[in-house]
Amino acid sequence: MDIKVIFLIIIYSILIQNFVLSRFLGLCPFFGCSQKLSSAVGMGLAVIFVMVLASAITWILYTYLLDPATSVMGYMTANGVPPDLTFLRTIAFILVIASLVQFIEMFLQKKVPPLYRALGIYLPLITTNCAVLGVAVLNIDGFSAIGLNGKLTFLQSLVQGFAGGVGFLMVLVLMAGLREKLDLATIPESMKGIPVAFIMGGLMAIAFMGFSGLSI
Amino acid sequence: MITVVSSVIILGVIGIFFGACLAYASKIFYVQLDPRVEKIAESLPGANCGACGAAGCFSYAEGVVEGAFPANGCIPGGKDVATIIGGIMGCAVEELTPMKAVVNCKGGKKEARQKFEYMGVQDCKAAMLLAGGNKACEYGCLGFGNCVNVCQFQAITMGENGLPIVYPELCTGCGLCVKACPRGVISLIPQSQKIYVGCVNPEKGKAVKAVCEVGCLACGICANKNNNPSGDIVMEGGLPKISYQDNLRILPGATKCPTGTYVIDVTYPPVTYNQEKCNGCEGKPKPLCVKICPAKGCLTFDAERKKAVYDSSLCVGCELCISECPVVAFK
Repeated sequence: MDIKVIFLIIIYSILIQNFVLSRFLGLCPFFGCSQKLSSAVGMGLAVIFVMVLASAITWILYTYLLDPATSVMGYMTANGVPPDLTFLRTIAFILVIASLVQFIEMFLQKKVPPLYRALGIYLPLITTNCAVLGVAVLNIDGFSAIGLNGKLTFLQSLVQGFAGGVGFLMVLVLMAGLREKLDLATIPESMKGIPVAFIMGGLMAIAFMGFSGLSI
Repeated sequence: MITVVSSVIILGVIGIFFGACLAYASKIFYVQLDPRVEKIAESLPGANCGACGAAGCFSYAEGVVEGAFPANGCIPGGKDVATIIGGIMGCAVEELTPMKAVVNCKGGKKEARQKFEYMGVQDCKAAMLLAGGNKACEYGCLGFGNCVNVCQFQAITMGENGLPIVYPELCTGCGLCVKACPRGVISLIPQSQKIYVGCVNPEKGKAVKAVCEVGCLACGICANKNNNPSGDIVMEGGLPKISYQDNLRILPGATKCPTGTYVIDVTYPPVTYNQEKCNGCEGKPKPLCVKICPAKGCLTFDAERKKAVYDSSLCVGCELCISECPVVAFK
């Protein structure tokens, strides 16, 4: 049962409910960072890394500090009942993600400087990448499409973070490949660049809608 | 109340914890960066054109600090950037001759014959893969604008005639277009040069005439002694080769070209002629000035009056007649 659920989470996160093309999260890097295949791959890998780590840390944070059912904060109150701090989740998650991105930025600058320069402004932009915040929140909200209504388990959260990142990488790479080809095509002057990329992104989203009929 | 207090405490603790982690990480991952590298990188154009030999502007900046690249290595940046880098590095900088890209092909849609109509990918390299391109001339510009796309400085546009137009004032001489052109029709020449050969076809006479109206026939008229006393033009491999020094010295030869292959991007004021002084070069069949003048119809000989007749509207301003006239009738 558990293996089946994990398999479902992977398939749903990558194809059926892809973060970019079905949930429409993380569209800024999808258009901004898909001009070159090499930087698209770098960006995708960075996002996978951030999403997995963010899933792990935000899950722990939420479970043990914010969620009254499992919180360890009981000693803070007189009656031993932990306070309900779930309303803090957005700001707390943003805090975690921002720190993580800062950390990765430092790490890349030291260890992989070419990738650091290739990602440029988009690396700090992962901070506000809604796909990362999205996966953290979705881990808490559950996965109703496959019948998981409550909070996901720790392992399931990690899997969703990883698979979501892989889906993001895949779409980014597909888009970059198409846009590299598109550079050589004859298109009207007014449609060159971003406008035709928007249309193509829309067509890709329609194509991915085909996966929603997939029954596993 | 308890909610407010506990949320403040928890968020504060989380913030302090991550702040401490980041502070520690910044110690571990501290990158020692020479401040000069950043300063130099900021002063560079940032086009990552690679004309300096480095992979990009940043690696060039690193190379300058390490001593691997000269301070005047940035060709697009030119004199200004070289002076700034020299100031940062504290060394004197030699001046480089500013260069510009020119298109050595005049055979546009009108002048050059097409072999077939090409309807594939609009890219010079792709077009060249199909039977060597759609132009009958195996050497000329294909006109799909690889150079236009590669230029980082918007210095090239595609003209209506299917030939790229380079704006010298925007061109930095980085040479990206030279590398991008599969035909090799673009070359770099000094900015001051206004006359260059508009053909790269090394074949001769009939073979060139059959494919292009303005191609170089390798007739050698521009390089012969009368039109080219300075010897700046030399015929080499079926094409004239110019040693760029002075536009004026190339002008007579370039004007004489029967097919108009030369691109002459400069005008000189016409000479002034005092006909009263002219004695028609007595004892000679033709006045010396008429013989030497490269512009057709500019100087003609009036045999009845024994005087040279001058039409200033046709003068190219090459001043050959001034040096040739024995009675100093030209100024």
